[in-house]
Amino acid sequence: MSTKLKKKSLFEPTIVRRALRDSFRKLNPVYQIKNPVMFVVEAGSILTTVLFFYALSGKGEEPPGFILQISAWLWTTVLFANFAESLAEVRGKAQADALRRTRRDIMARRLAEPEPDADVTQVSSSQLRKGDTVLVKAGDMVPGDGEVIFGIASVNESAVTGESAPVIRESGGDRSAVTGGTLVLSDWIVVRITANPGEAFLDRMISMVEGAKRQKTPNEIALDILLAGLTIIFLLVTVTLLPFSIFSVQAAGQGSPVTITVLVSLMVCLIPTTIGGLLSAIGIAGMDRMIQANVIAMSGRAVEAAGDVDVLLLDKTGTITLGDRQAVAFIPSAGVDVKALADAAQLASLADETPEGRSVVVLAKKEYGLRERDIHSLGAVFIPFSAQTRMSGVNLNGREVRKGAADAVEEYVVKRGGTFPTDIRSIVDDIAKKGATPLVVADGPKVLGVIQLKDIIKGGIRERFSEMRNMGIRTIMITGDNPLTAAAIAAEAGVDDFLAEATPETKLNLIREHQAGGRLVAMTGDGTNDAPALAQADVAVAMNTGTQAAKEAGNLVDLDSNPTKLIEIVEIGKQLLMTRGTLTTFSIANDVAKYFAILPAAFISIYPSLGALNIMGLATPRSAVLSAVIFNALVILFLVPLALRGVKYRPLGAEVVLRNNALIYGVGGLIVPFMGIKLIDMIITAMGIV
Amino acid sequence: MTANNILQIVLYFGVLLLLAKPLGLYMARVYESRPFVLDRVLGPVERIFYRLCGICPEEEMGWKKYTFAVLLFNAAGMLAVYLLQRLQGVLPLNPQRLPGVSPDSAFNTAVSFATNTNWQGYGGETTMSYLTQMVALGVQNFVSAATGMTVLTALVRGFKRHSADTIGNFWFDLTRSTLYILMPLSLILSLLLVSQGVVQTFSEYKNVSLTRTSSYDTTKLDDRGGPINDASGNAVTEKTGIKEQVIPLGPAASQIAIKQLGANGGGFFNVNSAHPFENPTPLSNFLEVLAVLLIPAALCITFGKMVDDQRQGRALLSAMVIVLVALMTLCVWSEQQGNPRFTAMGVDQTASDSQPGGNMEGKDARFGIANSAIWATATTAAANGSVNSMHDSFTPLGGLYPMWLMQLGEVIFGGVGSGLYGMLIFAIIAVFVAGLMVGRTPEYLGKKIEMFEMKMSVLVALIVNALVKAGTAIAVSTKAGVAGIANPGPHGFSEILYAFSSASNNNGSSFAGLSANTVFYNTALGIAMFIGRYWVIIPVLAIAGSLAKKKRVPAGLGTLPTHTPLFIGFLIGVILIVGALSFAPGLALGPVAEHLMTRP
Repeated sequence: MSTKLKKKSLFEPTIVRRALRDSFRKLNPVYQIKNPVMFVVEAGSILTTVLFFYALSGKGEEPPGFILQISAWLWTTVLFANFAESLAEVRGKAQADALRRTRRDIMARRLAEPEPDADVTQVSSSQLRKGDTVLVKAGDMVPGDGEVIFGIASVNESAVTGESAPVIRESGGDRSAVTGGTLVLSDWIVVRITANPGEAFLDRMISMVEGAKRQKTPNEIALDILLAGLTIIFLLVTVTLLPFSIFSVQAAGQGSPVTITVLVSLMVCLIPTTIGGLLSAIGIAGMDRMIQANVIAMSGRAVEAAGDVDVLLLDKTGTITLGDRQAVAFIPSAGVDVKALADAAQLASLADETPEGRSVVVLAKKEYGLRERDIHSLGAVFIPFSAQTRMSGVNLNGREVRKGAADAVEEYVVKRGGTFPTDIRSIVDDIAKKGATPLVVADGPKVLGVIQLKDIIKGGIRERFSEMRNMGIRTIMITGDNPLTAAAIAAEAGVDDFLAEATPETKLNLIREHQAGGRLVAMTGDGTNDAPALAQADVAVAMNTGTQAAKEAGNLVDLDSNPTKLIEIVEIGKQLLMTRGTLTTFSIANDVAKYFAILPAAFISIYPSLGALNIMGLATPRSAVLSAVIFNALVILFLVPLALRGVKYRPLGAEVVLRNNALIYGVGGLIVPFMGIKLIDMIITAMGIV
Repeated sequence: MTANNILQIVLYFGVLLLLAKPLGLYMARVYESRPFVLDRVLGPVERIFYRLCGICPEEEMGWKKYTFAVLLFNAAGMLAVYLLQRLQGVLPLNPQRLPGVSPDSAFNTAVSFATNTNWQGYGGETTMSYLTQMVALGVQNFVSAATGMTVLTALVRGFKRHSADTIGNFWFDLTRSTLYILMPLSLILSLLLVSQGVVQTFSEYKNVSLTRTSSYDTTKLDDRGGPINDASGNAVTEKTGIKEQVIPLGPAASQIAIKQLGANGGGFFNVNSAHPFENPTPLSNFLEVLAVLLIPAALCITFGKMVDDQRQGRALLSAMVIVLVALMTLCVWSEQQGNPRFTAMGVDQTASDSQPGGNMEGKDARFGIANSAIWATATTAAANGSVNSMHDSFTPLGGLYPMWLMQLGEVIFGGVGSGLYGMLIFAIIAVFVAGLMVGRTPEYLGKKIEMFEMKMSVLVALIVNALVKAGTAIAVSTKAGVAGIANPGPHGFSEILYAFSSASNNNGSSFAGLSANTVFYNTALGIAMFIGRYWVIIPVLAIAGSLAKKKRVPAGLGTLPTHTPLFIGFLIGVILIVGALSFAPGLALGPVAEHLMTRP
């Protein structure tokens, strides 16, 4: 059951059908009033419909056929706007439905006490409350969001992430969170439920995807205010035009005042219907694009804020470098054969299953032809890494081979009566300066040499960072490394700054410091110790593999758990704002041409000389008005794909982006309608419908 | 365009921009309490004044308190002007024994002068006593301009401060604007004007014998005041000779200096700066029209200095200069083209050594085409409204540009202080749209432009815009409104549209032609002026308060720069498109229709 949230084609027939149905349902004025611009258009549609029926009696201000056409196109304008919104919503709903299918009622084994062997009662998952503990065995669905308190199990989380590879969930540490609806494949776990039914992660995801809980974002509200203001201005322009024209008829002694039909047409053409009609579709589509990037936004605000990010905090490991360091060289102490060092290093790493340990074995084999040996057949005892000793190694036939951090090994060697050679010290310093990690290898009291472990910078990451710099975003690398190492890696990866020897407190302080300077900070995190910093950051992307605490603290959850996703998120946020801005500009710029179409048509009977303003050479006054109204409606439909896909974002400086967009949507918005209206006029004149 | 026309425009802007910088920097020092020479001389006066009035200049005000102080002070001023006019008959300094002004006219004038509009429904020399001119109108000329400057200063502090609850002290700003800026500049200008022959006296009007007497026919009246008819029923007339002329005088120079500098525009005499005692020579004309734009231009520099980024001030000034140069040139050109009807009749309207050419109706031969059109556009760009020619007599297009300059919202230079705060509101709107286009929450001068700022900015843009259209609509639909029209056809419509554009935007310029000293116009225009001033000041100060509270966002590569030619162009685009879209239908039925009709 893979519900991978795939990219869908914009106009899939089933989706379009559903959207069409919804667009008619949304004609309800109670719904329309939420969008002042389109509400005004609908009021105009109703008014012209009334005028049409009145005109049928033969006493109308214009021929009924003309009023009918205007009215029909005004209704179409509203429908087009509804369609855009429905299309965006339906696409989200289709995804929500897929998610909902995973949320079935599951029988759960509720434990009387939070102990693995406590009494079990069978209850429905809908009866589980926060704080209950349940036992989940292999083949069971996890009945609700929770935290593993006992046991370890492999879990298939594809229902949530779309990723079919199973993940390990175990008590304690950063991998303790489980999500309701996921499938336990092996072993058993005891889970403490952390969410009441209906409040679980999946529920929130569904409601976000459906847009049911979609609240308008701050920028959207501000834009709404501007659009409402413009609507009032143009409403006044048209309302006052009636007395103006009545007076002018008296003053000129000829002609007739502007008809209500023409006034309504003018008003609808002038108010920003293009952006007004597409605004909510743009917002929904922005969330939708996040979902397609496999990111669930907990609020629309977070998506918008992503576009404003000034500072990006990125964990070194996994984001900037490949998750694991790799051994790249063996550097022996004076008088030690490099092969002996490689042999000891390999021995010490044989049982070390960490990628670093594996890389030592691989290097020894590759460089010095040392084959892997089976540690058990050798009779060796593996000494695993511990936080106290900060070393690992083997005990073999009285030999005690160890590898570890320089100071730890020094302490170990000195305790055994050895000395720590001075050349080793300088080798260690050199390696650290180069941004690599030195591991000192000792055989009992004798120091053999140093393994050089190197961070491998991810391919293409440097280019990504320089893009970010062009976008005006500072990147800061967070690492537990010492400042020397951190500086070297930072320089190699091309980040702007780094925070070395990071702790949860220093991370939190760094975020606060930047925020106090008025900057917006974004970060990714997965561990419980990231939770405070995530909660403090303005845009916080929690990894889906992370702990419940991290997910609660974040306002975005990345289902792919890919730390570089943040960069994509920023782009989506910017795209969202840009699409709104450019369509607003386009909408207003369009008005100029519409004036040139409608004003001469409206006043030509009063002042025939105003015909000189008909620079498009439109056939008749009525064809001019109708052409403008048709253009106004069609432009909404034509821009639906742009609204849903978003304006293309390129990481360039603000000045360049503004210049490009002002040219395309501003100047373009001035010119396009002249051609469009003229074309429509030619067509409808040829068809002879006016 | 003649070479003289171009030279006059270049000379005007050259001198204006040359003076704007030092004055702007000086004003920044005044508001930021940094030392300047004059404060050492007048400092004691300032401090005594504070002590007398019980003002603590260090006390900081939040935006609500500041607004309350502005409104209270203006209400008191309005009441004082109203009472002085009504009671001038019994008050001193009234050598002509002029009676109290009618209630509607007094209301109109009180609002007009307190709002820095200085629309004049009355004729100065036949209506106002010297006391009213000086104490009521003269004082308002200073403090209404200073009020605009205080509101601007508060807004600039909003940009400059961060995480602050206060935006300054109104009384401190008001006192310093008046004492250190308006009074010294007025003193200098009035002395220069007196040197050119502008009158400054308390003596009563002079009766002088005419060198050549003329006569006209008057109808002979009977005892009851009715006309006496002869046998055939025609009225009996008799010849009346004119041997004497009354020459009005008064303390004019001091009033004219502040009327020009403070964007007031209310003339001492009825014909304003076309009167030879207000504006006798080409030099006095140059000085007066220079004074119109001087402070509004310099305040842009002040703004840049106060927000620690002079490029921002220069950018706004550039936008203003570009728009005005374009419209001024078009106006001069239209007037120089002359009257197409005359051209059709074969009348020579080309400029030559013996005549300025063009449309000279309503213009003074002293000033000619260039200086009349420069004045007309400068006075309407700035919310000044003083005139040296009659705009009613301009060609239709020549009259359109001044009217449109007002309809743009008086932000191209605009009133003293009020022009720049209006421009800053437009900059906020432009930044908002441009900011969205680059994919960031818009920010201006490091302040995020959010819901509240947009709400208030839209309110500002909306109110004045609505006033003009609603006022005109009411006037053309009512008998009382239509009764005032002097000319038939589209020109009559232009007259009404012009009047409401002027009043709502607090300009005060009059198209003339319209008989506006009626109860209807006094009341309607009075209301328009009142709303157009204070319903803008309140949201502007609210923005100031909200901005001051915000954190300052440091500029980065992703920040939209607001000092570049691109942004200047974008800002101009927003202003012109909003102005054009709002008023295109009205202008089409007025000047545009008239222009197209008069074309051969």
